[in-house]
Amino acid sequence: MATQVLMPALSPTMEEGTLAKWLVKEGDVVKSGQILAEIETDKATMEFEAVDEGTVGRILVAEGTGGVKVNTPIMVLVEAGETVTDTPKAAVVAVAASAGEAPASVAAAPVAAPPAPVVAAAGWPHSDLPEGPTKTMTVREALREAMAEEMRADPTVFLIGEEVGEYQGAYKISQGLLEEFGPRRVVDTPITEMGFTGIATGASWGGLRPIVEFMTFNFAMQAIDHIVNSAAKTLYMSGGQMGSPIVFRGPNGAAARVGAQHSHDYAAWYAAIPGLRVCMPYSAADAKGLLKTAIRDPNPVVFLENEILYGRSFEVPTDPGFAIPFGKASILRPGTDVTIVSFSIGLTYALQAAEELAKEGISAEVINLRTLRPIDYDTVLASVQKTNRCVTVEEGFPVGAIGNHIGAVIMQRAFDHLDAPVVNCTGKDVPMPYAANLEKLALTTTAEVIAAVKSVCYR
Amino acid sequence: MAARKPAEKSNVSRDELLKYYREMLLIRRFEEKAGQLYGMGLIGGFCHLYIGQEAVVVGLEASAKEGDKRITSYRDHGHMLACGMDPKGVMAELTGRIGGYSKGKGGSMHMFSKEKHFYGGHGIVGAQVPLGAGLAFADKYLGNDNVTFTYFGDGASNQGQVYETYNMAEIWDLPVIFVIENNQYAMGTSVKRSTKSTTLYGRGLAYGIPGEQVDGMDVLAVKAAGDKAVAHCRAGKGPYILEMMTYRYRGHSMSDPAKYRTREEVEKMRSEKDAIDHVRDMLLQAGLATDDELKAIDKDIKAIVNESAEFAKESPEPPLSELWTDIYA
Repeated sequence: MATQVLMPALSPTMEEGTLAKWLVKEGDVVKSGQILAEIETDKATMEFEAVDEGTVGRILVAEGTGGVKVNTPIMVLVEAGETVTDTPKAAVVAVAASAGEAPASVAAAPVAAPPAPVVAAAGWPHSDLPEGPTKTMTVREALREAMAEEMRADPTVFLIGEEVGEYQGAYKISQGLLEEFGPRRVVDTPITEMGFTGIATGASWGGLRPIVEFMTFNFAMQAIDHIVNSAAKTLYMSGGQMGSPIVFRGPNGAAARVGAQHSHDYAAWYAAIPGLRVCMPYSAADAKGLLKTAIRDPNPVVFLENEILYGRSFEVPTDPGFAIPFGKASILRPGTDVTIVSFSIGLTYALQAAEELAKEGISAEVINLRTLRPIDYDTVLASVQKTNRCVTVEEGFPVGAIGNHIGAVIMQRAFDHLDAPVVNCTGKDVPMPYAANLEKLALTTTAEVIAAVKSVCYR
Repeated sequence: MAARKPAEKSNVSRDELLKYYREMLLIRRFEEKAGQLYGMGLIGGFCHLYIGQEAVVVGLEASAKEGDKRITSYRDHGHMLACGMDPKGVMAELTGRIGGYSKGKGGSMHMFSKEKHFYGGHGIVGAQVPLGAGLAFADKYLGNDNVTFTYFGDGASNQGQVYETYNMAEIWDLPVIFVIENNQYAMGTSVKRSTKSTTLYGRGLAYGIPGEQVDGMDVLAVKAAGDKAVAHCRAGKGPYILEMMTYRYRGHSMSDPAKYRTREEVEKMRSEKDAIDHVRDMLLQAGLATDDELKAIDKDIKAIVNESAEFAKESPEPPLSELWTDIYA
C-alpha cells in the first residue's frame, strides 16, 4: 500500500514552504525517523523526518521548489516489491501535476490547501508612502534591514535577546546579523527575560543603544518592571539627567493557535505608560520606517510586531533616508462615509471590510495609527469631522482598549460631529482558546467590522 | 558578629583615617538631620536612613577611580554623599525642592547624578542588580576599564533577578562588584527567617563568581576588600561579590516600630561595633589626631549639614510647569 508524504506545517503560522533539499532519492529504503528532506519555513530551515517506513517510490516535488503549500503530497512511499504505478490515483495525479516542476502546478495539487490569503501580497494601497522608488519586501526583511542599517550607522547600537545570534532569530528577524556584526553586537542570552532586560536598560544608561528582542511580548511580562519602572520613568525621576535610549521589540498578540499564554496583545498596556513610545507597525514600510526612528530615538520604545504579518510583502521606499516619524498616522484608504481607525493586524480586517463595504456603496476611510504613544489624534479627528462616524479595530481585550480611548477623545473633542456612537471592534473578553474555531471567534473579524460600520451608518 | 579585635597597628596614614572619619561622620550627621526634617514634616513619603552602615560606602569609594559607577537601592543617601554629590542637592531632593538633584521629582528613593556616575536610587528591591550589571556591560562594550559597584541588601538577595544577573555577569565577564549590604534585616524579616542559606556571598559560587564576607563595620577591612575586588574586575576576570556584614541602627524606614529586634541588640552594636568610633579610637590611640582636631571636624561637618538643611528649606518647590518636563528626551 503506497503512502503519500505531505508537506508538513513546521511552525504555527506556516502556510507554505520551500523544499530546500532532498536527502533521499527514488529507490532508497527509508526507516522511521530518517531525515528525508530539509524544508525552509518562514522561520527556519528544518529537517523533515520519515514517520512511515518504506521505499521511496516517487519524489513529487523537486528540491528548490518554493511556495509548496502545507499538505501538498511531496513524495510517495511504497512497500517492498510495489511500484509507483500501483499507487492510488490521487498520488498519480499529484505526480502528473509536479511533472512540470513549476511551483504553481504544485500548489494546484488536488489536496485541501489552506485558502489563499484575502490580502494580496503586493499591490495593496500605499497611499501613505512618500514619492519615489520602492521595492517589495516582507515585514520580516524590513525589520532586519532597519536594524542592520542602524547598526552600521551607529556602533553603540546592539541587539540582545534569546536566540538572536546563532539560532538566527526565533522568527528569523535577526538572520545574518551575527555574521555581519559578530557576537559583541548580537548578544545571545540565556532564558532570563527580567535579567537581560535590566542589563540592557542599564547599558542604555551607560552610553549604548540596545535593541532588546523578546521572543514574544508574552515573555516580556517577566520583564515589564524594567520596561516600566526602570526604562520609562528614569528620565523623569532623575530630573532630566538620564534617559533610556532603548528599543524593546518582538511579536505581540495572537499568532495562530498558540493558546492563552502566547497570544496576549499588550498595545493598551504599554500605551498607558508616560515615558514610553509605542509603535505598532502594519506594513513593511511601517516596520522599517518606524524601527529606524525607534532606534534613533532617545527614549524607550516598545515596538510591537505581529507574527502573522512577518511574512507579508509590501512596497518599501528605497530611499536610504526613509524613516517614519512618531505620532503620524497614515490614511491607507480614503473614504467619506465612516472612519475606521486601526493598527497592526487589525488593519487587515479594516481594509478587507472597506473593500466589501465599497461594493455596497459605503465609503470607508481607513486610518493606520502606526504609533500608539504618541497617538495622532488630529488625523483621526479630521477624518471623523468629515465622515461623522467611527469604528475602531484591534485584537486586544475590550476593557481599557485603545479603541475605548479613541472613542473617548472623539467624544470630548468632536462630539457635535458624531452622527452615531463610536463602536469598538476588539478581541473578546476571554483568555485565548486553543481550538481553531474558538480562536477565530475570540479574535475580531472582517464580518464584525462590516457589521459595526453598518450599525454606525444605520444601514 | 564577633566583637572587633583591638585596633591593629596598620600602615594606614593619618590623612586616610581622617578622610574616612570625616566622610562617615558627614553621612551620620546628614542622616540624623534628615530624620529630624522628616519629623518636622519637611520630608515626605518614605525615608530610609543609612545610619550604622557608613563604613561600607566610605571604604568602597576609597577603592574607586574616576569613571567607576555606582548604583543602589532606596537606602541611598550615604552612597550619594560618599561619591561626592553635594549634600545641599541631596537634602533639597528629600524636601522635594527645585534645588534637589532630580528637581524634586524623584525624592529620597530616586536620585541620580550622571556627573558623579551615580545611577540611583531604585525603589524596586533588586531591580538595581541587573541595571548595575548593564552599566558594566556598557563599559566592557566600550572597552574602558571602569567598574560598577552594584549595592543591594540581604533582602534583595532573595529576588530572582539577582541570580539571573549573576549568571550573565559571569558568562560575559562583566566588570561589576556585587556589594551585598547585609544589615541582617529585610525590613522586619531577619536573614535567618528568610533563608537557610545565610552565607549570602556563597550563592555566587554556584555561578562561578568568587566572593567573600567582610566586616562592614570596619572601614579598613572594607577598603582592603574593595581593592581586591576592583583589581579582579579591572583585570577582566569578571564579577566579584562582597558581602558586607553591617547593621542599621535606625528602623527600615521612618515609620518602623522595630518590634522585630531588641533594643539591647541595637545598643550592643552601637557601643561595640560602631564604625565611626572605631576610626576615632584608632586616630586617638595611635596619636594620629588630637581630640581638638576631631572636634574641629565635627564642627565643620555640622556646619555643612546645617547649610544643606537650610538650602533644602529655602529652595523653592518646583514650578508647576515641571510636572510636564523630563517625560521624553
